[in-house]
Amino acid sequence: MFSRTPILILLPLYMHDSSTSSNAIETQGLIRQFGSFRAVDDVNLAVRKGEIYGFLGPNGAGKTTVIRMLVTLLAPTSGRATVSGYDVMSQADLVRSKIGVALQEAALDNKQTGRELLRLQGQLYGLSGREVKRRVGELASLVDIGPAMDRLIGTYSGGMKRRLDLAAALIHHPEVLFLDEPTTGLDPRSRSRVWDEVREINSELGVTIFLTTQYLEEADALAERVGIIDQGRLAAEGAPSELKRERGSDLIVARLEDGSEVDGQEFAGIPSVTAVEAHGNEITISVTNGAAVISAVALKMNELGLSVQELTLRTPTLDDVYLHVTGARFQSGGETQGLSGDAPEIAVGE
Amino acid sequence: MAAVPREGQVQARKAGFLRDLVSVSERAVRSATRDTETTIPALVIPVFMYIMTVGALEDFASNIPGLDYRAFQLPVAVLFAVTGISRATTVVADVQSGYFDRLVMTPVNRLALLLGLMVADFALVVALTIPVVIMGYIAGVSFVTGVPGILVFMVMAGVWGLMFAGFPYAIAFKTGSASAVNISFLLFFPFLFMTSLFVPQEQMTGWLSTAADYNPVTYVLAALRSVIYGGWDGRVLLDGVIAIAAVGVVSVGLALAALRGRATRK
Repeated sequence: MFSRTPILILLPLYMHDSSTSSNAIETQGLIRQFGSFRAVDDVNLAVRKGEIYGFLGPNGAGKTTVIRMLVTLLAPTSGRATVSGYDVMSQADLVRSKIGVALQEAALDNKQTGRELLRLQGQLYGLSGREVKRRVGELASLVDIGPAMDRLIGTYSGGMKRRLDLAAALIHHPEVLFLDEPTTGLDPRSRSRVWDEVREINSELGVTIFLTTQYLEEADALAERVGIIDQGRLAAEGAPSELKRERGSDLIVARLEDGSEVDGQEFAGIPSVTAVEAHGNEITISVTNGAAVISAVALKMNELGLSVQELTLRTPTLDDVYLHVTGARFQSGGETQGLSGDAPEIAVGE
Repeated sequence: MAAVPREGQVQARKAGFLRDLVSVSERAVRSATRDTETTIPALVIPVFMYIMTVGALEDFASNIPGLDYRAFQLPVAVLFAVTGISRATTVVADVQSGYFDRLVMTPVNRLALLLGLMVADFALVVALTIPVVIMGYIAGVSFVTGVPGILVFMVMAGVWGLMFAGFPYAIAFKTGSASAVNISFLLFFPFLFMTSLFVPQEQMTGWLSTAADYNPVTYVLAALRSVIYGGWDGRVLLDGVIAIAAVGVVSVGLALAALRGRATRK
């Protein structure tokens, strides 16, 4: 006779309704410590089903550590995380069956052909022979590597490897797709193709996409919401448009000659200025109507005897948001450009 | 209730141990056939060693009454062919490229990740014994135990090669480093040289004779030699099997522990 007890114990696990929560990913107080270094520090996330969520930060900010915990490759030091409603620690097998992952480097075997790699991937996800054949055909056309499918992966270009990696992550129709810096190292044309594929996967298949990136334009172009991680902490979160709007409707950015220092308080009295931030020799002035106020700002600078290298009027970008929350400019390639000096912010009115 | 899949949508599930084993070993066999830099030396080295050893020592060994030195050296050649052959470098490449992470993020049975590679190794090392047997035939060596003896010879050599492969796998899973895997080759020398490699054990003296007593390869060689010119000897064959099993318990045990460490979240 079989005992009923183990079945009863297992029932709650398998009857767990992963569809009841409206969030595909949730973390609470997620912490990961390496020795004395805290790589991820109290991160709380809630990524909605069907959303493209961009996780933005420079190299070493903690993006990859967060993603490795969410995809069950790394254990959190403390805190809790669920993916598709399943706990990443106690229900790792169920999490794995619901996710697709393309990590930072295309994780492929150069001695297999694209078709062999996808077929093996499908077999390990338990798909039947017929399902594997169908999915390989569908994915070959989705990621546009059809003619190269029977060539050894070692002969593929970087862009083709990325797209095959993406296909391998999708073989089993995952509910949540994790893409860790999917376009790092790609040329602009290949990057644009990957973007198109990410949008298509999200819109056509309804897959939730958690995307880490070190490119601001990538997060801006793809993500419905972004989280900015800095030194392991979630520094800001929201829709790119919201985050930019919080910086004001227009920005006047003045770059001063090296060595010039200003605290920005002098500009706070100009009408329609909502906030002033000074980071080293760069002043960012948030205004409600830039065209109307830029001349007043220029006059003020002249009056203060400041030697201005560059004065620009523009709408806010994610880089401005990044500067605001981290005190450093984001540069292409994910490095931050530290701006010397303190970063005082002078709020004007409400 | 879990969400119902849309039409045409597939659902991930565990494939089961056997299917995982077949999938992983298929990939390993494919990569072995494309990895000629591993297989060609494994074919050349035993032939070279056999020709050199027999050429240099056959006249000298003729002083030992009743010893057919060509037959005596054939098991040595086969052990040179099969010892140290493994897909451990594939494990290293997988770890370094991140492909191993991709594999462990599937519902694959963890044990199949090692055993699948070992199935491919077994196929390869048994295949490597064929040219050695043919070489022996060309050199005039015949098996007194006939075709069954040849099969026992090939399988026993293959299982020895497989058990020894546990060491490079253990190092590969533990370190993920190609240079560290090459260190496993250091084990090759004491195992294969501190034994009755050049002369029968009865002719050996001093510390080397004592070392040979404790070296499992001595018993494997004795078993392999017995099926060539000694006839069926259950006791000698059993000693050979026990020696292989003893090495296997240690090497495969280490490999499994290292795999568990690699596939477990830190």
